[in-house]
Amino acid sequence: MSAAEKTAGSAPTRSRPIVGWGVHDGLVVARRNLIQTVRVPELLFFSLVQPVIFVLLFAFVFGGAIPIPGADPGSAPDTSVYRQYLMPGIFGQTVAFAAAASTVGLAEDMHRGLIDRFRSLPMSTGAVLFGRTFADAARQILVLIVLGITGYLVGWRINDGVFNATLAFILLLFFAYTVAWVGSWIGLYMPNPETANTAGLVWLFPLTFLSNAFVPITSMPDWLQPIAQWNPISSLVLATRDLFGNPTGIIGDAWPQQNPVLYTLISCAVLIAIFAPLSIRRYRRTTAR
Amino acid sequence: MVAVIEAHGLVKKFGDVVALDGLDLVVPEGTVVGLLGPNGAGKTTAVRILTTLLKPDTGNATVAGFDVVRQPNKVRGVIGLTGQYAAVDEYLTGRENLRMFGDLYHLKASYVRERSLELLERFDLADAADRSLRTYSGGMRRRLDLAASLIAKPSILFLDEPTTGLDPRSRLGLWEVITDLVAEGTTVLLTTQYLEEADQLAEEIVVIDHGRVIAKGTSDTLKDDVGGDRIEVVLTDRGLLERAAALLAPVATGEIVTDHEEARVAVPVTGGSASLIDAIRRLDSEGIDIADVVLRRPTLDDVFLTLTGHVAEDES
Repeated sequence: MSAAEKTAGSAPTRSRPIVGWGVHDGLVVARRNLIQTVRVPELLFFSLVQPVIFVLLFAFVFGGAIPIPGADPGSAPDTSVYRQYLMPGIFGQTVAFAAAASTVGLAEDMHRGLIDRFRSLPMSTGAVLFGRTFADAARQILVLIVLGITGYLVGWRINDGVFNATLAFILLLFFAYTVAWVGSWIGLYMPNPETANTAGLVWLFPLTFLSNAFVPITSMPDWLQPIAQWNPISSLVLATRDLFGNPTGIIGDAWPQQNPVLYTLISCAVLIAIFAPLSIRRYRRTTAR
Repeated sequence: MVAVIEAHGLVKKFGDVVALDGLDLVVPEGTVVGLLGPNGAGKTTAVRILTTLLKPDTGNATVAGFDVVRQPNKVRGVIGLTGQYAAVDEYLTGRENLRMFGDLYHLKASYVRERSLELLERFDLADAADRSLRTYSGGMRRRLDLAASLIAKPSILFLDEPTTGLDPRSRLGLWEVITDLVAEGTTVLLTTQYLEEADQLAEEIVVIDHGRVIAKGTSDTLKDDVGGDRIEVVLTDRGLLERAAALLAPVATGEIVTDHEEARVAVPVTGGSASLIDAIRRLDSEGIDIADVVLRRPTLDDVFLTLTGHVAEDES
C-alpha cells in the first residue's frame, strides 16, 4: 500500500476556472454526446433519412399540386418555385426534430443510471443539460449540410449572398438549441426510453405541420391561420426564406409574419428562459429508473 | 473509531409509500457496513439520500462530516457511488469513460491519465481499454463502473447492490476487489439482498425491512441471536426416529425436532464438533444407520426469516 493510497480522497484537482466550472463541465458532457454521434453513425444516418425522404416526396410528389400564391409566375403551380419554397421548410422542420434526440438521450441516461452517477459527482448542476442541448444542436450542422446538398440537387439555391445565408443557418441552429431544451424537459419525465421514442416526436408533427413549412398559411382555414402565423416555426421558416432569397409567397399581416427574424429570436429567448430553469429544476430531483 | 457516515431518523415517503421510516445508521471509518434487506426495504432510498441524490423528508445525515442536504457538493467530492446499473456510457471506450468522470471530478488531466491506466489494469480491463463498451460483457461493465467511482480515490464508497445480475465468477471477482479496497482504508457502505454477500464482505450487518433497522451486529452475533448450532441427522429407517431422538436427548440443549417425512432429527447443541462426535457414537452404539449428518450454523437466511417472518428474496 503506497502512501497515496492510504490518504484516500487525495487526488490532485485542477484550479477553478475564472468563469466557474459550468462551461468546462458542459463541454465535457457535450464532447461525450458528440463522440456518441461518431460511434453510432447509424443513428445519424437514420436521422437524415426522414428529412431527405420529405424533400423527395414534396419535391416530386406533392409539390406539383401546391400553389404558392404571389410566387408562381403563371396561374398553375410551378414545381421549380415550390422546391425553392420547400427547402427552408424542411430545414425548419428538421432542426425542430432535434428536440426528439434530447428527449430520448436523457431518457436513456436515466434508464442506464448515468444520471445518478452524474448527480453524485461534484460537477456543476446544469452541465448535463447544457452539454446535451449544445451537442444536439451542434449535430444539426452536419444534418443541415447534407440537407443543403440534397436541396441543391433538386433545384434549391441560395439567392441572397453568403452573409445572409450564414445568418439563416445560425438562426436555424439557435432554434435547434431552443427546442433541445423543450425536448430535455420532456425527456426528464419519461419513464423509459421506449416511451421517449414516441413522446419525443408526437408534439413535433402537429407543431411543424401547423406552419408555413410545406404549404402557404393562406391555404389553411381562417380559424387555423392565426395559430400558424404565431407558430415560431412559421417565423423561423419565413425568416430563412427571406435570408436565402427564396420565394415567400404572400406574407400575412400578423406581427410575427411581418417581423420574422425578431419574432423567432424572441420566441427562442422566451422558450429557453422557461424550459432551461424547468429542466434544471427537474434534473436536480431526478434519479435513475 | 470515527463515524464517517451518520444518519438519524431518516424518513422518506413517495406518495403513500413509506420508503424510509426513521432509519438510523452509523458507519465507522475504514469499515464495511452491509445494509441487508429484501427488495423494497429502503436500501436504495437510503443510499440515494446519503449520496445527495434525494432529500429526506425529515431526519439528517452527514458524510465525512458534511451535511448531505446543506453541503451536497462537499459530500460529492469525497464519495464514490456504484449503483445497481452499470452507470457508464455505452458508446465511449473504457478509457474515455474514465477520462470523462475524471474531468467531471475536476481532476488534473495528467493524474486522470495515470489513474485510468492503473484502474484499467487492476480491474483486468487493460486489453479492452480502447474498445467501445458495446463490446463489453456485463461483468466488464460492472468493473468499469466500479473503476469510474474510484477515479478520484474517494475515501467513502457506496455500493448499491454491486453484484446483482452478475454471474458467480464475476461476483467473486468483484468481491475480491472490494476486499482489497477496504484493506487500503476505504470506508464502504454496501447494500445487498444476498445474505452470502453481506456475510462475506461486511464486518457489521444492518438488517432493514420496511424502511427501518430491525437488527444489527456482526454476522456471528446475528446468528447467535437466532440460536446456536444444530445437528441434523437423517436416518435410513424412519421407523427408528423416535428412538434416535430419545438417544440424543442428553446431547441436546433445547427441543429436539423430528421430521418424519425427511427421516430427520434436528438437535440444538452448544458443543460444536465434540457434540457431533458424541451424537454419532450414541447412535452407532445402538446400531442405528445414519444416511447423512451435519453440524449447521444458522445462516443469515435463518436470521432473516426469524426477524422478518419472510425470506430475504421475497418481493414483499
